[in-house]
Amino acid sequence: MGKSLYQKVWEAHSVKTLSDGRTQLLIGTHLIHEVTSPQAFGMMRELGLKVRFPQRTFATVDHIVPTQNQQQPLEDRLADEMLNELRKNADEFGITYFDLASGKQGVVHVVGPEQGITQPGTTIACGDSHTATHGAFGAIAFGIGTTQVRDVLATQTIAMGGLKVRRINVNGKLSPGVYAKDVALHIVKVLGAKGGIGFAYEYGGNIFDEFTMEERMTVCNMSIEGGARCGYVNPDQKTFDYLEGRNYSPKGADWDIAVERWKSFASDADTVYDDIVNIDAADIAPTVTWGISPDQGIAVSDTIPDPEQAATPEDKASIIEALEYMKLPAGQPIKGTAIDVAFIGSCTNGRISDFREVAKYIKGKKVAANVKAIAVPGSQVVDVMAKQEGLDKIFTEAGFEWRAAGCSMCLAMNPDKLIGDQICASSSNRNFKGRQGSPIGRTVLMSPVMVAAAAIEGGIADARETFNF
Amino acid sequence: MIEPIKQVVGTGVPIPGADIDTDRIIPARFMKCVTFDGLGEYAFYDVRYDNDGKITDHILNDADYRDADILVAGINFGCGSSREHAPQALVKYGFKAIIAESFAEIFFGNSTTLGLPCVIGSKEDVDALKAALQADATLEVKVDVESLTVSYADVSFAVTMPASAVEALTSGNYDPINELLAAEQEVTATLNAQAYLA
Repeated sequence: MGKSLYQKVWEAHSVKTLSDGRTQLLIGTHLIHEVTSPQAFGMMRELGLKVRFPQRTFATVDHIVPTQNQQQPLEDRLADEMLNELRKNADEFGITYFDLASGKQGVVHVVGPEQGITQPGTTIACGDSHTATHGAFGAIAFGIGTTQVRDVLATQTIAMGGLKVRRINVNGKLSPGVYAKDVALHIVKVLGAKGGIGFAYEYGGNIFDEFTMEERMTVCNMSIEGGARCGYVNPDQKTFDYLEGRNYSPKGADWDIAVERWKSFASDADTVYDDIVNIDAADIAPTVTWGISPDQGIAVSDTIPDPEQAATPEDKASIIEALEYMKLPAGQPIKGTAIDVAFIGSCTNGRISDFREVAKYIKGKKVAANVKAIAVPGSQVVDVMAKQEGLDKIFTEAGFEWRAAGCSMCLAMNPDKLIGDQICASSSNRNFKGRQGSPIGRTVLMSPVMVAAAAIEGGIADARETFNF
Repeated sequence: MIEPIKQVVGTGVPIPGADIDTDRIIPARFMKCVTFDGLGEYAFYDVRYDNDGKITDHILNDADYRDADILVAGINFGCGSSREHAPQALVKYGFKAIIAESFAEIFFGNSTTLGLPCVIGSKEDVDALKAALQADATLEVKVDVESLTVSYADVSFAVTMPASAVEALTSGNYDPINELLAAEQEVTATLNAQAYLA
């Protein structure tokens, strides 16, 4: 019987069985940022511990970074303190830190891949649930808590129980205007926000074979929205082509050795999965969320769910709660719902391909007068590339503000926030109550091109109509 | 050696709603801090206070439930962000155990590592417990981590929790750091066997 990539990576990284029955798992690569690491360093100091393998941890600053004025001291003194703390910790413990002045700073899940730090056949941990993004490279990558950040710093390992593996095949043909983000939202909708608990998701089928690395990252990123702690795509030639020549990728003779090693981790053809889900690509529409959980999504052409039509009393209660919060009318089309803010960015959709794709359609168009639209590159590298290609100009001429790299309005720990009950068309990953900085702010998740269409129309729109697909 | 956690006895508070995410438990704007101290006062902040800062009629604001030791919730409790700030805030608020219909995985691990048992009951049992707590805030609830039962008044029901968490909590080994540190040689050997080239 064959083994899945998950099983192979798990076995290769198992150090021992702990007294509680869990596995002591080696973490190949550890990524840290300013929000979930300072307390871990505090615990290290308290226990008098050293970072065991400082060369296997990489740091950057993303969550609290302002996307406008980055001059230190930052206006927000708490944010400034967090920034200084990370710099101090990286310095003191000898950790590579991609600071604001490095030209490499950005959202940790954008930085890892583009620097070639993210590699196949390894375990990657970060105190951030969207670490699943790195699974696009055939790594087992997952979010951890701060106490576990301490464990990785001190021992390069964590205590963890094994997961089952669910293979999700998406086969067929995606219609024009249907993007990787729609595939992600569709999977979360079909399997539910808790459907993946206890599972690692292995994504496959011709759609994933054909996807670019950045598209794979978008889907793996949202594994956690479906409850799966990690999600991955088996490494293939696209993976190796993406990594070749990047800063931290192996070079010369090491490269060939690495590629052979990476290939060996791909799931065997005769792998027996714990579960298999087949999805027809033709069933996936441009998708938008209408509620307060990422699985509350519908095709943009659909009507907002009616609690009276709910299948169970629990569903009815959750629809009522969601619509009350979202202030959306049951049974009405979602298309045409006015928006206040449009946000393109985040670890889900803040990569160069996202901005290139949007730029194709917004050239010569204008953001509606009542909409505040911001474009936030996922990293300084993305920012520079976009500027070299003139994408920033296309965005600003269309009425978007082009900002500096960071997490920005995905979770609004920086000055980019919704105000009051503003409603935001967002390319980010979570539509939880209060997620975008205002306790009563509202989020509608969608692909970057759909965000652009909403920005231009002033309301939720079908990008295929707005842009004449 | 930390103190083993074999049972938690105390009063409880039923939290309405499913899929309570960690942004709800601790909104991101309160994570601008370099220690976990003081997070307790921000637990569930946006359900306890409205947008104008006024106290809401949420059950957590009901004086009878203010000192509850056990949080009782629905499905997928703690979903979303991996922020340990969420269980840290709950512990500092005063919770000593959580009973829910299901837990998100990262939240579960973060909680048990802090010594906060998270046990899973059936919808029927959890709903009955919630109703009983709603009717009587002084009701004493016992979460027995060893036998995996929850009992109150004359009711007792079975709950589940992964065996590893039961073992870790009841043996006082829920913070694994010493055991992880002890395997230093094996860790180095495993790392060397990976032939990471970067």
